[in-house]
Amino acid sequence: MTRELAHLSDEALVLLAARSEQTALGELYDRYGRPAYGLALRVLRDESLAEDAVQEAFLALWRTASRFVPERGKASTWILTLVHRRAVDLVRREERRRADALDDAHVPADSVGGADDEAWLRLQRERVQAALRQLPDQQREALELAYYGGFTQSELAERLGQPLGTIKTRMFTGLARLRVLLGDPGMETAWTSTS
Amino acid sequence: MDLHELTAAYALDALDAHEAREYEAHLSHCERCRDELSTLAEPATALAWGAEPATPPAALRGRIIEAAAAERANVVPLRRQRLFRATSAAAAVAACAAVGLGLWANSLHRSLHAARSAAASDARAVEILADPAARHIPVTGVHGMVAVDATGQGALMLKQLPAAPPGKTYEAWVIAPGGSPKPAGMFQGGGTMTVVRLQKAVPKGSTVAATMERAGGVDAPTEVPVFSARA
Ligand SMILES: [Zn+2]
Repeated sequence: MTRELAHLSDEALVLLAARSEQTALGELYDRYGRPAYGLALRVLRDESLAEDAVQEAFLALWRTASRFVPERGKASTWILTLVHRRAVDLVRREERRRADALDDAHVPADSVGGADDEAWLRLQRERVQAALRQLPDQQREALELAYYGGFTQSELAERLGQPLGTIKTRMFTGLARLRVLLGDPGMETAWTSTS
Repeated sequence: MDLHELTAAYALDALDAHEAREYEAHLSHCERCRDELSTLAEPATALAWGAEPATPPAALRGRIIEAAAAERANVVPLRRQRLFRATSAAAAVAACAAVGLGLWANSLHRSLHAARSAAASDARAVEILADPAARHIPVTGVHGMVAVDATGQGALMLKQLPAAPPGKTYEAWVIAPGGSPKPAGMFQGGGTMTVVRLQKAVPKGSTVAATMERAGGVDAPTEVPVFSARA
């Protein structure tokens, strides 16, 4: 399959998708299908549900591409946001989430896809993982259970036996700290030198 | 419930449906929460990249495209499908002009793959091509266009231009009205898209053309143009 739109930016592809260009949707899928499916699988822990989440997210993109505002954020972020929302909706509906939401070790690593894309995805992943490791345990736990486990804040409070206010604080502080860690060039040096 | 306190949970998709609706309604008239959300959404979505990528079943791609086509089959004028091939370079430029250079450049750096394309082309050329104020003129001979910005700086964007054979090069020319061809840069072609910055200003009414010449280039064209445009 030739990727004749491979030279275009993600945002240009979204604009083409808004004009009903199916090849643009296909190119976006080729770029983000793997991280999207990996994320859905992490939340849902079920291959068929993960496929549903990815399909619904890309169709949501197709329907709402004309409302995408590039100034507000990157297209890749938007796509994964759509995938995450669908996955969380499904996991809540299916009651499928597991107690082991903190562990993603069962998802097999694979190396299909372009080597360049692969290297980039791996670096991204290592960078996020490294930042998460630097968070205090309770903040990391709150973020991981909420984001990867699909738990609502109220469910988290119950599960962790903490007042709702404490959970809110952990999520807020955790995200604020994660933002600093991800933006810190000193840390970037640290992870590139160790990988 | 204090809605101001829900920003982090909303960014993480950790509100139930009812809370999420309430928060969204609140967001439309609370600037403080909008600011906070724009700060917290970034690290929240960064978590998406923290999950191990996995290859979806091969059939999923086809199912998505098929479902997408079924939803919007009537919206696409029939002749558009045919026109798209010829005008996709134009569409590409129009799209990137609409998006603006900042995001274009950002996205180019999104992956190593794309970063290499950025290194291979000329950032200034991309800027001219993406300039909404530039004039965009299709070239004849190959699929592509020349863009000339308000100051007369020009760039070429050529779709699927075959690579120049060994020992040969493409050479661009700018021919001002009543003038002789002035060399405006060399390029090799090949790949999906060739982007070239013209090294001579392009006065209005000029012809922009390219010929195949011996490697190293020549001072005056020796071949008929591979493509040309009246800019
Ligand atoms: Zn507020």
